[in-house]
Amino acid sequence: MENHTKLGMNRTGIQMAPLQGPDQVAYAQSRPAHPESGSAKDIVVARGSYILEAERVGSVPLPATGKGLAEAAKGKMSGVHPEVLFDKLGERASYERSGVRLYQAMIGKVEAIEHAEQAALLHDLNHICNEELQHFGLLTRIIKDLGGDPTAQTPSADISAVASLGMIQVLTDPRTTLAHGLQALLSVEMTDRASWELLIELARESGHDEFCSSFEQALAAEQEHEALVRGWLRKLVMAEAM
Amino acid sequence: MSLVNNLWDNPGTPLENQRFTWRDMVGQPISKLDDDAFTRVRIILVNGLELDSLRLKHIAARFNQELRLPMARLRRVEQHQATMVNWLLSADHSPLETTIAYEQVAIEVTAAVAQAEPDPYQAQTYRFGLLEDFDHLYRYSAMLDRLEGKDANNILQGYTDIVPGRATIDEHRHPADDLRQPYAAHQAHVLTKIHSTLITAAEYQTHDYYMNIGPLFADPVARQLYAEIASIEEQHVTQYGSLQDPGESLLEKLLIHEATEVYTYYSCVETETNPRIKAIWERFLDYELGHLAEVSELFKRHERRDPAEVLSTVMPAPLPFSSQREFVRGVLHTEVPLRTNGTEFVPLEEESELSLQQRVILNADGSPTNTVSAGYRWSPGTELARNVSNTRS
Repeated sequence: MENHTKLGMNRTGIQMAPLQGPDQVAYAQSRPAHPESGSAKDIVVARGSYILEAERVGSVPLPATGKGLAEAAKGKMSGVHPEVLFDKLGERASYERSGVRLYQAMIGKVEAIEHAEQAALLHDLNHICNEELQHFGLLTRIIKDLGGDPTAQTPSADISAVASLGMIQVLTDPRTTLAHGLQALLSVEMTDRASWELLIELARESGHDEFCSSFEQALAAEQEHEALVRGWLRKLVMAEAM
Repeated sequence: MSLVNNLWDNPGTPLENQRFTWRDMVGQPISKLDDDAFTRVRIILVNGLELDSLRLKHIAARFNQELRLPMARLRRVEQHQATMVNWLLSADHSPLETTIAYEQVAIEVTAAVAQAEPDPYQAQTYRFGLLEDFDHLYRYSAMLDRLEGKDANNILQGYTDIVPGRATIDEHRHPADDLRQPYAAHQAHVLTKIHSTLITAAEYQTHDYYMNIGPLFADPVARQLYAEIASIEEQHVTQYGSLQDPGESLLEKLLIHEATEVYTYYSCVETETNPRIKAIWERFLDYELGHLAEVSELFKRHERRDPAEVLSTVMPAPLPFSSQREFVRGVLHTEVPLRTNGTEFVPLEEESELSLQQRVILNADGSPTNTVSAGYRWSPGTELARNVSNTRS
């Protein structure tokens, strides 16, 4: 496929209808709104009534092992809420697992599109993809060590996956360019970095300093991922523009 | 294939030669940005027609032992036709953007049909329904703007106005006021039969689409909006479906349906601007002629009647796929206050008491369509663009 931005017959925008457009705008402005009173704020108010009544998307699963129950009890006695840590560990594990699939899709796209620096880009993407998989493995082990179930889907894991739906669409659409894919991955990596930072703080506050060393290593890797993706995106866009 | 006046008699592609591969069915989609809006209108319309054809044939097979295999053979091809057509919609259309396109279909196609329809009562019915779909476009455009921050005109491409029609809050009626007088099969023009088949199919598809995607929205206001408008689409299916003569036999309806598919693909071939998509319409026109030939044989064998009794012998002029702006504005100017009482169209003050009661119940907690569009006037680039512009000045 073509991997560059091009001028063409884009039919969106009011300027594409130089004759009909002004008439269309004038007609719309001449007709009263229905209902005439109110604004977008009405939607906010209506949403508010649902928010007040809403149940949550779901719960953090109860630990099924003695170890997990002990961990929960220990947390409760010390005044912290271990379910928050389980929830966020589940989110990160799910995110890293999905991240592997996103990078696999991107690698396939790079392999299919002829590009001067194809080999170097593939090298970096494979490197990131492997580390995402390692992070998934690390989180799975830690959830198990705490007596949790790494196969369960926690509420934050679920919602994080909802937020990622657009990334999957961008990376698997055959029509998107390498730059489109990298732009999506930059969002992924920026979220990833900030989320590891939060997880480290949460682990420390929850009394789990023992995880922090491996989490710090994961964070360093994510910082590198972000820099690599940012660099490739910049390189591709600037090369195309100049 | 050469297009001649009497397309009905063209044998088309024999059913056994109508073949697909998965790669064939899942081809390159259209461009949301670059393709003409009417290419998308044709895609949505034809998909609705194919799905309705499947629906009718399933029902036919449930009622008739001898039709089971012929219907199954035809349906298999239609399933794959529908797939190939519907999969032309690209994935960068959000469900709400596709909704805007569905309403554009409802407006522009119904307006074209209303003008071509030879039966004045049926034409009035199309004008009546048109103003309701026109209002839906306005409500969904407000939702698209206020939920996704997008301008519906980027889907409509300036062909269709975005202003209120007959307010959706006033469209909820008692079922008795949604039924219409049917045409008389032995007297009706073939175009009348085609129109009711086509518009019923389109509305059915719209209804099913809203019922499927409504729950995909997280926003409770969007969920409410789809709930409200899907209910009107069910009323529309009731209305348009009731235009057909219930005295027509099953095979007669199947014959009309196939003729409608031939007519619609023919209209698509005549107007398509994208050569790649036009080749699909040409291929499927030949397929549909093959289907019509199959059903014609069944009709002759089982009913001992000549298909020309039902379809006449001359293909009607093709359906135009173009902006019907001036016609729609005219209808909007004069017919918004129209209501129904039973099968009759009446002035506002003569509306059926049953419908008024129905409306009081449904709208007791407010109207989602009013909530989403409160104070909304469409502006190019969304209402935020207008607000920003006003702030600067």
